Amino acid sequence: MIFMRIPLINKKQYIQQMKKVNFTHLRSKLPLLLLVFLLTFSTSIHSQDAPVADTAVASDSAGGDVAAGESLFKANCAACHKMDKKAVGPALRGVGEKYDRDWLYKWINNSQALIASGDALAVKLFEENNKAVMTAFPALSETDIDNILAYTDQPKAEPVAAAGVETTTTAASNDGGSVSNTLVIGALLLIFLLLVIMLFLVTNTLKKIAEANGVVYEEKEKRTPIWKAFIQNQFLVLVFSIFLLLSGAYFGYGYFMQVGVDQGYAPVQPIHYSHRIHAGENQIDCNFCHSSARKSKHSGIPSLNVCMNCHKNIAEVAPETATEEYSKEFYDGEIAKLYKAVGWDAENQEYTGKTEPVKWIRIHNLPDFAYFNHSQHVTVAGIACQTCHGEIQEMEIVEQFAPLTMGWCINCHRETNVNLATNDYYAKIHEELSKKYGIEKLTIAEMGGLECGKCHY
Amino acid sequence: MASNKKYWKSVEQLNEDSAIVKALQDNEFVNEIPTDDFLGNKEALESSSTTRRDFLKYMGFSTAAATLAACEGPVVKSIPYVVQPNEIVPGVANYYASTMADGFDFANILVKTREGRPIKVERNDLAVNAGGSANARVHASILSLYDKNRMSGPMVDGAVVSWPEFDTAVAQQMNEMAGKDVVLLTQTFASPSTSKLIAEFTAKYPNVRHVVYDTVSYSAALDAFQTKYGTRALPDYDFSKADVIVSVGADFLGDWQGGSYSKGYAQGRIPKNGKISRHVQFEANLTLSGGKADKRVLATPSQQMQIVKALTGGSASGLPANLADAVNKAKAQLQKAGSKALLVTGLPDVESQTAALNFNANSEAMDSNKPLLIRQSSNSEVMNVVNGVVSGSIKGMITVGVDPVYSFPNSKEFTEGYKKLDMTLAFAMKQDATASLAKLVAATPHYLESWGDMQLKKGTYSLAQPTIRPMFNTRQFQDCLLKWTGNSKNYYDYIKESWTASILQGSSWNKTLEAGILISDVEVNMEEGMPAKGITLMEDSTSNGAVSSPSLEGDFELTLYTSTGLGDGQQANNPWLQEFPDPITRASWDNYLTISAADAEALELENFHVSNGALNGSYVNVKLGTVVIENVPVIVQPGQAKGSVGLALGYGKTAAIQEEMQTGVNAYPLYQNFSEIQKVNLEKASGMHEFACVQLQNTMAGRSDDIIKDTTLEIFNTKNISHWNAVPVVDYDHAPIEVRDKKADIWTPFDDTIGHHFNLSIDLNACTGCGACVIACHAENNVPVVGKEEVRKFRDMHWLRIDRYYSAGETFQEEIDTLENLPAFDFYDVVEEPAYLNPQVAFQPVMCQHCNHAPCETVCPVAATSHGRQGQNQMAYNRCVGTRYCANNCPYKVRRFNWFLYNENDEFDYNMNNDLGRMVLNPDVVVRSRGVMEKCSMCIQITQKTILDAKRDGRPVKDGEFHTACSRACQTEALVFGDVNDKESEILKMKDNDRMYHLLENVGTRPNVFYQMIVRNTSEA
Repeated sequence: MIFMRIPLINKKQYIQQMKKVNFTHLRSKLPLLLLVFLLTFSTSIHSQDAPVADTAVASDSAGGDVAAGESLFKANCAACHKMDKKAVGPALRGVGEKYDRDWLYKWINNSQALIASGDALAVKLFEENNKAVMTAFPALSETDIDNILAYTDQPKAEPVAAAGVETTTTAASNDGGSVSNTLVIGALLLIFLLLVIMLFLVTNTLKKIAEANGVVYEEKEKRTPIWKAFIQNQFLVLVFSIFLLLSGAYFGYGYFMQVGVDQGYAPVQPIHYSHRIHAGENQIDCNFCHSSARKSKHSGIPSLNVCMNCHKNIAEVAPETATEEYSKEFYDGEIAKLYKAVGWDAENQEYTGKTEPVKWIRIHNLPDFAYFNHSQHVTVAGIACQTCHGEIQEMEIVEQFAPLTMGWCINCHRETNVNLATNDYYAKIHEELSKKYGIEKLTIAEMGGLECGKCHY
Repeated sequence: MASNKKYWKSVEQLNEDSAIVKALQDNEFVNEIPTDDFLGNKEALESSSTTRRDFLKYMGFSTAAATLAACEGPVVKSIPYVVQPNEIVPGVANYYASTMADGFDFANILVKTREGRPIKVERNDLAVNAGGSANARVHASILSLYDKNRMSGPMVDGAVVSWPEFDTAVAQQMNEMAGKDVVLLTQTFASPSTSKLIAEFTAKYPNVRHVVYDTVSYSAALDAFQTKYGTRALPDYDFSKADVIVSVGADFLGDWQGGSYSKGYAQGRIPKNGKISRHVQFEANLTLSGGKADKRVLATPSQQMQIVKALTGGSASGLPANLADAVNKAKAQLQKAGSKALLVTGLPDVESQTAALNFNANSEAMDSNKPLLIRQSSNSEVMNVVNGVVSGSIKGMITVGVDPVYSFPNSKEFTEGYKKLDMTLAFAMKQDATASLAKLVAATPHYLESWGDMQLKKGTYSLAQPTIRPMFNTRQFQDCLLKWTGNSKNYYDYIKESWTASILQGSSWNKTLEAGILISDVEVNMEEGMPAKGITLMEDSTSNGAVSSPSLEGDFELTLYTSTGLGDGQQANNPWLQEFPDPITRASWDNYLTISAADAEALELENFHVSNGALNGSYVNVKLGTVVIENVPVIVQPGQAKGSVGLALGYGKTAAIQEEMQTGVNAYPLYQNFSEIQKVNLEKASGMHEFACVQLQNTMAGRSDDIIKDTTLEIFNTKNISHWNAVPVVDYDHAPIEVRDKKADIWTPFDDTIGHHFNLSIDLNACTGCGACVIACHAENNVPVVGKEEVRKFRDMHWLRIDRYYSAGETFQEEIDTLENLPAFDFYDVVEEPAYLNPQVAFQPVMCQHCNHAPCETVCPVAATSHGRQGQNQMAYNRCVGTRYCANNCPYKVRRFNWFLYNENDEFDYNMNNDLGRMVLNPDVVVRSRGVMEKCSMCIQITQKTILDAKRDGRPVKDGEFHTACSRACQTEALVFGDVNDKESEILKMKDNDRMYHLLENVGTRPNVFYQMIVRNTSEA
């Protein structure tokens, strides 16, 4: 049981290491590679037999199907309960051992009825949990409940000793690898230097020998140095200076034109919010949080109560969410920051009232004299957020994707056709304009979208 | 052409030889730009150690350094809500219906909020004929919300305390005061719930008596109405139902009775089936109503009283011959009109008011069943309070929404008495004159932060709701009363409860709150604290008032009035209102004594323009008995009745007001017995006052034809359109053709028939010059305030100005001819009336005309201004380099140059220079920087939004959806905006109207703004 998940992680790590290895000098890492293979092999053997034994033990102890229980738990209970932490309802690990099984059936099937019947334990529990009404689950059969309880009664997986040892060993070997890497390079450099010195010494000695033997070298013809030749050639100088001036102008212009253009601007935010996790992995629609984008000029940074719609129950990320760069602990810490800002006491599941508004750093800064309206683009034109904001669902840290220059705006207005067909507002204008231009499709520019006053007022 | 009149803006222009006028017609500035001054003298320059080369080196270095420094972009933070309120979508405006009721201005409004902060006040279209009006001050009140001089919390003896501490202090005081006379002096709330609450408060503390004090009193009219109809209220009028309107000293298009009549008036003034109403105005000061009148007759206040008598049955004998003639003619017309006649008077005299009420009893235009409840005060009661405080019989005073130390006529004696009171509690938003003397000061929120209910007009109930959480530690008066009467409810629950109990009658509370207004037949008693009020008191007021028989002697009859900008002075710390040029005098940042030319000459008072075109004027000391107001600047006002002078109330505040806005003189000391009519003596004082008057500014390059077109109803009905609204002609192949002809065009035509094409129609017959559009434009477009010194240099930034033109006879030649042909003795009478003694007046709102062939576009070297397909002349500020060629080439002089940085600049310490004041800025419009040109954009941000809303819904834009800030603000619907490519649209009908003309049409600019010419009803029969 204890070993059930750890070996898998290790395997993953090894594979990653292998990938890494490919990038560096293969030869220097050959011994390491061998070691890695050895380790992988040994642990995978380990992992093959461990789970089988584990599951057997687990199902034996609880008298139910853990896997079925897990899926039932996730479908029905997880919204309010966690295994080891109090959420809306109390933590459920070991609950099957704490209470009488028949009582539990009744409670889960209809807790309110149980309370109403005056059951002392039920009333006590109800009071203890701030009289939060638990949804009745009459559909759950006793077997289902047994399965769930089997799942909840599993002992907590402690990522302890064995895992610790193994990770440290791999970490050590990993570290060893990088250390030897530099060492090898250093040694090679030293050898190379020695070789150069030796070569120099050899030529010197040979020269001396030759001199001593009276060998006479052929005198080289004296030539004008190349820089002098260059200066003397007026044509070349002229061409070169023209080239210099032109390239200077080109690069100078380029430099000045990028002043104030913050493409790629990715500031460090007070809370490390990952769009990759939310919009990417969890596929949350942009409009869910940025709801005002549909009806307002601002897309709106969601207020913290929007975050808490979900994060009231998500106090920590799943272990799979962690990446190489950001660990699970890191993400959990960021969620803790949210709790602190919104004043949520996760222990007692209540709001403290002490709030600290989050001071996000604005990434997309349009100048004040430019008017931009999100709803015009999102609702009316139906443009995807990604068109201007880039593949936001892949960004761990959001950066400014588009240059946000006027040229960029104008260019899009020139090239994009207005969606005339489905909007009655355009019906009359469309008819008249298409008659005038004799075309069916109209760009924004043809509709007057290049006029100064449309954005500057 | 009938409209071949000479129009003039300033008396200066009547002087044929005026060098200044000539210079201003030809040049932007009268003087050469004094380059030598700032270059200094030659010797000093030569002896300087900094050589030209050094200078260039430093320049080069600093330019390079600045360029490099600019390469690094700043880090911008975005901070979202922790919990976003459901109704807020960042970037989308929310509108809330509310009601303004500050005791002087009452209006049903819509408040536009962005991200939870109110940024604009608009009128509530659901409130039709509901009393009150969304005038310039109501539109500007949004900025008063962000006044940095507001109090941050309640104060006891000058120290800021917490509310519980304050409550304790008040409770202690109130207990100490038991048995002693305490006066609760309040504004008119016109609020059912507040009345109920005050009754509960006075029930708990029987020694407290409630007295209503209107800073500008309508006591006489209220007394007259109360006697006749039993309710203390003001009759409501529907001017659209009147065929003949005679006003004697009532500026009903101005602030008279809350000023809600302009819409009805304008409806009657648009020619329909060849008919418009006839309007005769007898008055001393030139007012907006006088400016709009078909016939304006000069009469001093004492003459006006006789006129009212004569019109209502008495005889006209005793009046000068010309007046008697005018009165008789008016009387005949009134009689002929029968039930369609209307006589209104603004005289503070019960007798005259009663006469007018009796006269109107049969008039369809007067509504006495559903009268206005927006004024309540009784002069005699308020006088009793003043006397009680001075004599010491009153021991305590609670003031709410009023500032008696500033506005009581005998302020000096009152202040002495006030300081000696045992208890002084002031509810105030700012440390005003009263609050700074009071021991207890309760900081109140702005009305946009408060709940409230109102009944502005009987049977019309309104709700006020907060649109922002209170920004300071404030608590509204009603919540304090609830607390102090031991009620645990808050005012919101209290209103809701009392509405559910009576007013709602089953209607939905939420629906009513959304609409802001509810018409209901439920009667709610709002006369809680004044049980003893009745006939007896009213008689007191007449005998006590000294109103009809001025006992004081004086050479001049003074008429005090409230200016369009500042009203009674509550919003004196509002820079938008201070900078708003008075529609008549075109002077801003001041009040002044208006005097007729003849009197000015007699007293050797003068107005003259200094070399840069700015106006200077003499000072006078105004004496009324022992009261002397020193150094009042004088403006020689065409149309001021001889022997009369005018002065605006509401100025001269010094407490809790920024130094720049401590303008003018306080005229309240002259407001003796709360009567706006006084007899005063004038005495010339030394010195010259510098006005910030823009009347000579922006003369359209000396072109005077085709600016204002007007005709008479008779000609309009009988003659051909070519006679009264001819299109200018130009020569083409030696034959005249109209300028609208395609052949007259030197421009390449372009197709503007596809998509939207915006036009704005301005009906000069309906425009009353009220200025709501000017302020709405300020709020919508982040127009900066530049201050008095800059306005004096004609550098005001108003995108929309309201030009005021005077005119006398048909033409000057005609005038001379008439004089020459007159019989010997008549001659003198006429000559004594110089052209400017009683001119006709025309108001003309001018903004960028959005020419299809715009002269500005062709001269811009950087193409910063260009033409849009939708007809708008667009200005790209970020592209502008500030050559000002466009402004020079604009025939309408509507472009405004940012001579300085007007935001975040201590030199211009107005709302854009502090964080609080900047909250009013419209986030959809750029705040312009120094050195760029700006101008009216035809509210392109609004038209774009309207289009986008339609696109999002996938539907065509409906007619009436398009609007601009000014068209939305216009109470009289003089400004109509729309899409002329929509064949069904209202604006297209306006464009095809016979009265339509373009400003300076002969220039051939083809503007997208057009005007509807003036038609006056001159028939005397």
